Amino acid sequence: MPEYQIVVCGSVVPDPLQTLEPVSGAAGPALKNEMMLPAWLDPWAGHALYEAANLAAKNPGSKVWLVALGPKAKLQQAMMTLAQKVPFELVALDGSASGFADASETAAALADAIQAIPGIDRTRLLVFGGWESASRGSGATMQIVGEILGITDQFQGVDEIVIEADGSLKILERIEGGQHQVSTCEAPPAVLGWATGNLPEPRNNPQVGMANMRTIMPALQKAKPAKLPAEGMKFLSVSLPKQARDTKVVKDMPPDQIAAEIVAWITNK
Amino acid sequence: MEADIVCVGFGPASGGFLTTLSRGILNPDGSMAIESPSAPGLPLQVLCYERADDIGFGVSGVVTSARALRESFPDLDPSQIPMAAPVGEEKILYLLDPVGASRRPALMRAADVAIRAVGRILGVKDDAMELPWTPDFLEKHGGLVLSMGQFTQWVGQQVMGSGAAQIWPGSPVGEALIENGGVAGIRLVDQGVAKDGKPADGFAPGMEVRAALTVVADGPVGAIGQQLDKEFGIPEGHHTHDWALGMKFVIDLPESCELEPGTVLHTLGFPEPEIFGFLYVHPNRVASMGIFVPSWFDSPARTAYRYLQHWMLHPAIWRHVKGGRLRSWGAKTLQESGRRGEPRLAGNGYARIGEGSGSTNVLTNSGVDEAWATGVILAEGVLELLKEKKPFTAENLEASYVRRRRESWVEKGGRIAERARDGFQRGFISGMAGMMVAGLTRGLFSMPGKPMPPHRRVPSLEEYYSGRIAPDEIQAIRKASEATAVSVHAALMDRAGWPAIPFDGELLVSHQDALLIGGKVQAPGGYADHVEFLYPNDCSTCGSKICIDMCSGQAIFPGGDGRPAFDREKCIHCGACLWNCAKANPNDPESGLIQFLAGAGGLHSAEN
Repeated sequence: MPEYQIVVCGSVVPDPLQTLEPVSGAAGPALKNEMMLPAWLDPWAGHALYEAANLAAKNPGSKVWLVALGPKAKLQQAMMTLAQKVPFELVALDGSASGFADASETAAALADAIQAIPGIDRTRLLVFGGWESASRGSGATMQIVGEILGITDQFQGVDEIVIEADGSLKILERIEGGQHQVSTCEAPPAVLGWATGNLPEPRNNPQVGMANMRTIMPALQKAKPAKLPAEGMKFLSVSLPKQARDTKVVKDMPPDQIAAEIVAWITNK
Repeated sequence: MEADIVCVGFGPASGGFLTTLSRGILNPDGSMAIESPSAPGLPLQVLCYERADDIGFGVSGVVTSARALRESFPDLDPSQIPMAAPVGEEKILYLLDPVGASRRPALMRAADVAIRAVGRILGVKDDAMELPWTPDFLEKHGGLVLSMGQFTQWVGQQVMGSGAAQIWPGSPVGEALIENGGVAGIRLVDQGVAKDGKPADGFAPGMEVRAALTVVADGPVGAIGQQLDKEFGIPEGHHTHDWALGMKFVIDLPESCELEPGTVLHTLGFPEPEIFGFLYVHPNRVASMGIFVPSWFDSPARTAYRYLQHWMLHPAIWRHVKGGRLRSWGAKTLQESGRRGEPRLAGNGYARIGEGSGSTNVLTNSGVDEAWATGVILAEGVLELLKEKKPFTAENLEASYVRRRRESWVEKGGRIAERARDGFQRGFISGMAGMMVAGLTRGLFSMPGKPMPPHRRVPSLEEYYSGRIAPDEIQAIRKASEATAVSVHAALMDRAGWPAIPFDGELLVSHQDALLIGGKVQAPGGYADHVEFLYPNDCSTCGSKICIDMCSGQAIFPGGDGRPAFDREKCIHCGACLWNCAKANPNDPESGLIQFLAGAGGLHSAEN
């Protein structure tokens, strides 16, 4: 049974339910009141983490790390919700999780942190992350992490990984037209940028939470600062679509009626 | 699972408890000061389970004297807490009725006429009169305007950062483990269940967390507090018949608004005499504003959201907020019985703190500071017992916690306030007179009144609207309400002369948009419904159904056959349904027909 070292790259994003308002600050574009917004693990990275935990559980001896770059206070906040889900060891980097950070600088910080994990063995290494981000991701970060680490077997939009009898990895990637491309990777190392995967969000497990927290708090306390200077980056403008809504919540409405309302709405526009 | 101390709920009381406890169980250098009996070799194992999806969700903005907070944080710098501001100007406004629909007693109408007649002399402006002075007992000079959401998150970060306690949001506690006449820990709610609680996909039974001490801090409508009240009873002569629903907006103030951060406005008189309003100004042109709808407002179709909009539109408020924008919205039940709502504070293996322990001072309208103080007091008692290696028995907790609490300023203030609001049982004027008398005589005198549950005091719709809306018309409105699954209050208020709300999509938004834009309400799957109608057949014979009108999120609605129905996806867990049932429970006449349990989800805003 292979024993994998699975490193999941994942950061925090504002709770997707919040109203996000871009503003121009002294240090460049930012979100209004970003530090006041509730923080969650990026849902795309969340899928990657749950898949990593599932793979580790099926392959005893495997271990999962979560390398997370974000403001330390916000990482701590996210961990309070996340740590009850699945077992992992946190590697925390204290820096901006803003969606305006440059993907290459973020990737460099993540790659440095992965290389600094004691005992990392490239022949067992799987680097997971989200292929996208809920925080205005460019979709490039995981690819650049792989490039920096010298990992050439890269897969994006992954929905499934299966370990074959010979130890090779069968990977399903999303491609155009709602199809999946099936690839076989002989062995680690590999980079997998996950789409949604197939697993539901795990239930809260207090025992997992207590075990995780024994390593999470020390990791947060020794989180290294990660500076993302964003040199050469320039945002010409940021804006939010104007909200104009008069919501009604109606359940069990017949499809014909829904369609009629949508047509009427479009027609009126 | 084993722990040493398990807390139920993370609000100001738990904040005070865990802040104080964490400083005692770890040395300043972070090393262990008190070893865990349940996990030898490790520091004390302290866990706190919070129902909401994150800490700071669903609690409300306040103005507080901050006495206990400053004692815990002597070097407190408000600028370090988002949305905190030192209290500046304090005003009380008496609002006249600019629309003519307010249900004012004759004496009040006469007073209004007199006030308008000499308005220039009294300084009446925008249909409001500023009271010439704020009574000492209502002043909050030296205090803070806070967003409780942001303050609670700030406290939580520090507690978690200390490493002395773990706080777990998204973890409703289903029940206390009652063993041998005491509490032996808690059991979390089941996950992976259907609405009716039956196992479904991914079923995970609620885990037991056994602990030597269970700290119950789940607020005024918490499931565990209710369970302990039923199990152990409440002290003779105590009751929880007085409640209020606080509903609020957090808004971006318009550029034209001249109110300074720290400004505190309190209002009375409108939209109904019994409904009080507040507006607190935070830094950066943000304000919290809202109303309190109390249980002694004897309308069988009472509601909060519609009245909140009318209050906002009052010229004295609207001139400050017109052009503003909704950021956040929420609502919360307040326990208004104060010290007379105090349950048994401690027993074998458990102690109760915070609002649910009767700590609110109903004269000074102060709850957060008192709740925090009770947490601090309990922590001091617990540390004493831990150092002396004494078990958490009823006797030891009585000597270490309850004794301290009886000697505290919380207790002294609570006793002065105890009867201050009794006058409201007989009307607004009697109530205001009672508050003044109790405040000025430090509780020696007050106006009499007997608090009662709604089914003993709220009239029928026909009685309430007698002379204003004909019984036949009320019945027609009832039928239309049932057919369209909406509450009756909107039609009744329209008919009673309240004008339509001119929605602008920014500040004046529909109730459902308040949930979506302001509350960001969520209900994660896999949890059971936490609101249950215990006797649906009895509900069908209820002519008023206040539970529907007072539901903050429109989560309770006419469900057919005259029965209410519940939609968990809209529930913000305010608990109003618990105390707004107009029918007596046949097995417990002091309570109603609705069971309010611990559930997941609710508000997703940390700015309230």
